Amino acid sequence: MRTVDAGGLILPSPGPGPEAGMPGAVSVASARAGIGRWWRRFARSRGAVFGLTVFLAMVALAALADVVAPHDPLAQGVGPPLEGPSRAHWAGTDSFGRDILSRIIHGARIALLVGILSVLMSLVVGVTLGLIAGYYGGVLDALVMRVMDGLFAFPVIFLAIATMAIMGFGVTNVIVAVAVGFVPPFARVTRGDVLAVKEEPYIEAARLAGVRNLTIIFRHVLPNVLAPIIVQGALYVSGAILTEAGLSFLGLGPPPPTPVWGSMIAEGRNFIVMAPHVSTIPGIALTLTVVGLNLFGDGLRDTLDPRLRR
Amino acid sequence: MLRFVLRRLSQTLAVLFTVSVIVFAIIRLIPGDPVYTMLGSEYTEQAYRDLRIKLGLDRSLLTQYLLWIGDVFRGDFGYSYIKHETVSSLVGDAFLPTLSLVLASVLVGLVIALPSGIVAAMRQDSVWDYGSMGFAIFMYSMPSFWKGIILIWIFSVYLRWFPAMGYVHPWTDFAEGMWKLVLPAFTLGTFFSGLVARIIRSSLLEVLDQDYIKAARAKGVRRAALVYKHALSNALIPVVTVIGLQFGTLLGGAVLTETVFAIPGMGRLTVTAILDRDYQLVQAAILTGVFSVVAVNLLVDLTYAFLNPKIRVT
Amino acid sequence: MTPGGREPRDAPAREIILDVRDLTVEFRAEDGWLRAVDGVSFAVRQGEIVGLVGESGAGKSLTSEAILGLIRCPPGRITGEVYFRGRDLLALGESALAEIRGKDIAMIFQNPTASLNPVFRIGDQILEAMALHLREPRRTLRGRVVEILTRVGIPSAAARARDYPHQFSGGMAQRVMIGIGMSCVPSLLIADEPTTALDVTIQAQILALIRRLAREMGVAVLLVSHDLGIISQMCHRVLVMYAGRIVEEAPIATIFGSPTHPYTRGLMACLPGLDGRGRLEVIAGTMPGLTAIPPGCRFHPRCPLAEARCAAEEPKLRPAGAGTTHLAACHLVGA
Repeated sequence: MRTVDAGGLILPSPGPGPEAGMPGAVSVASARAGIGRWWRRFARSRGAVFGLTVFLAMVALAALADVVAPHDPLAQGVGPPLEGPSRAHWAGTDSFGRDILSRIIHGARIALLVGILSVLMSLVVGVTLGLIAGYYGGVLDALVMRVMDGLFAFPVIFLAIATMAIMGFGVTNVIVAVAVGFVPPFARVTRGDVLAVKEEPYIEAARLAGVRNLTIIFRHVLPNVLAPIIVQGALYVSGAILTEAGLSFLGLGPPPPTPVWGSMIAEGRNFIVMAPHVSTIPGIALTLTVVGLNLFGDGLRDTLDPRLRR
Repeated sequence: MLRFVLRRLSQTLAVLFTVSVIVFAIIRLIPGDPVYTMLGSEYTEQAYRDLRIKLGLDRSLLTQYLLWIGDVFRGDFGYSYIKHETVSSLVGDAFLPTLSLVLASVLVGLVIALPSGIVAAMRQDSVWDYGSMGFAIFMYSMPSFWKGIILIWIFSVYLRWFPAMGYVHPWTDFAEGMWKLVLPAFTLGTFFSGLVARIIRSSLLEVLDQDYIKAARAKGVRRAALVYKHALSNALIPVVTVIGLQFGTLLGGAVLTETVFAIPGMGRLTVTAILDRDYQLVQAAILTGVFSVVAVNLLVDLTYAFLNPKIRVT
Repeated sequence: MTPGGREPRDAPAREIILDVRDLTVEFRAEDGWLRAVDGVSFAVRQGEIVGLVGESGAGKSLTSEAILGLIRCPPGRITGEVYFRGRDLLALGESALAEIRGKDIAMIFQNPTASLNPVFRIGDQILEAMALHLREPRRTLRGRVVEILTRVGIPSAAARARDYPHQFSGGMAQRVMIGIGMSCVPSLLIADEPTTALDVTIQAQILALIRRLAREMGVAVLLVSHDLGIISQMCHRVLVMYAGRIVEEAPIATIFGSPTHPYTRGLMACLPGLDGRGRLEVIAGTMPGLTAIPPGCRFHPRCPLAEARCAAEEPKLRPAGAGTTHLAACHLVGA
């Protein structure tokens, strides 16, 4: 039952109750009911559902790439070079005669891998830093936050390029490079939430009971700040994928002949006039993925945060 | 207001210091021997030793850092042995094109985002709303480098309306300069507008819900004045802050856009410098870029403080 | 309990300036419409202070907002008639309404600091109210701004006019709102819980101010409140609202002295006496929400005198004593 809000008159509505914002306090039974409710809220936005579909499709492609792709993405000469979309090659072929569709499917795997792993990595590092800075405060807080502020001033791509310059090429390095840029926002948001949670009575109680600081941080503080952070993370995945694509476009991503969307677009640039499909189609895949992930992330945020209206 | 300004200034200084340390560290961490690279074909053992001493590489890290900072303050960014020019002139030449691109993009972005966000808020949940916001999401989701390529394909190659690449200073030749800027500014500008339109919309929606709008209506203020005078004057203030926050993202986008459109700006300079292992140039380029971000953020915060009476007065 | 000094009860009947007939305010819900205000009818005469009292959620604020057309309509739907000086306000377009708002009918709200635009100076906000409706040159109006501020009791008026809302306390801000409301000398001032957000000591000052200005300028007041104490100090006549309907209407002395509707009587019984004797009385149960309105008389589940008839048939407002000044909606009252 929806809440009708008009001129200050708030009607009772059995929506997600106060327990929705506090994961630690939810009992199993209400959690199960909660999930059903959350799905219904999430599903209200067609964009969000579309985004979820895109995400799931990507995961499926990534997992089944070897099976689904019609050709070996690295095999040259499986078709005449620079031929447009045809029945044999749905997305055409590139200048080396490789099947673009297969390369796109495998590219999905790499994009997803890099996107999710880099965000996870920066989440772990950033959240830890934020927890420590927020909880212990004082000099440690000031120091960590100054460094984060400094890093934050760098455009993400600059940091990524610098990291690649230091570490060299390779997929793992790309993941680290992209991750570096997202550490400061995670740290900042976590620290802010920790500062708020720190004042809560149950933290005080745990401290008085003699629980060790580290335990308090990870068992009591962390679960209560995690929810909004995960939602933020979901939104960063699309940014990570875009950053990685940018790196690859500049020639700083995973080295050729790895099928990465960014470098595919770069390769196709030279043939834009006679064979536009080489750049266009990977770009469509990339755009679609990012749009989908953004819509999904937005939907996730709108569902989990009852305060935020559209 | 004074306290706010002082606090922000000291914060900025702290950030600038941290940034300089980070840049210093990055350069030192890049593998390879800078001296060796700089000498190139002119390598001899004696030249190597001499250059090392000349560059101060035999001193401690702390001394090197202080020397470098000292040089920066004097405007001496070193010399590029690869491009055979002083770094300051290289950076100076590259700075202006990037500035023009970014300014033009912000302009384009605002021109698109303002009406878009306002209409979306005024006609919430209508076709206009979903349309503008859908368009906005699309614009900031599309990778800027690909967008640039597609725009070149359609408007330069196919329609022949705009030049595909290159750059001319608008003050040298205004018409030509502007013409060459259209596509790149549109590429980056639409990206920017996507980000800002959503913020404008949500800020305006929040303001329209406030008591003072209801009270103004009860006073007899008409719809147009209600939105454009009473609501927007409040709604746009947080948007200013957002623009500052997004400046870094914009600069990042500029890197890619410059590459696509062959604009000789900071972005291209930085990337080629890193690939060339031109250390002094990399150092200066990144430093300049990041310092601009910090400066813009400071400017934006000060503007916000000025616009918001709660901070400006008392 | 004697109401604060005002004109004698039997003053000659004055002209009706606001005539509300069968006002209904509904909102779109997931399956159908919810009625927050159901067929409310009353009148306000020139110069009188009418109190609209009821619990939170009874529909009083919505009633007052509906009069000026301040409710957003989709999701809302308003039916009925609200006659002001012979014109039905509900039938007027936005443009015509905007002319009346602030000029003939003014309104002040519960949260005064929130009702002022944070980025404009106070003086400019008062000026705007007049500039919108009065045809006088701005210079004259500026002078009047200072007069108004002084009249509502703000010291150093000229200097304060250049200040921003965040520099004013709640009480001061409400004085400014009153100043804005009275600036064009309206016929009617609607005051929606004007003192609820203020300190008790400030409350008294604000109420006194409203009363004094209303008398001096001949302005009628519709005072909406959940606080019986305030109502008793201010009003000539009282309307008691419950669950979207008016259940009793009477002059002040009658409401407090000899209420007839069981709900009103329950309210009066809840008031602690000055002698501090005995326990506080309560009315059992709570007012029903919009989705759970009982059949028949809305109060019957909580009414100690309820009969079978009360659950079946909804009582209409009918005379509860001699004359037509006292009405109650109860089967057990009147003829």
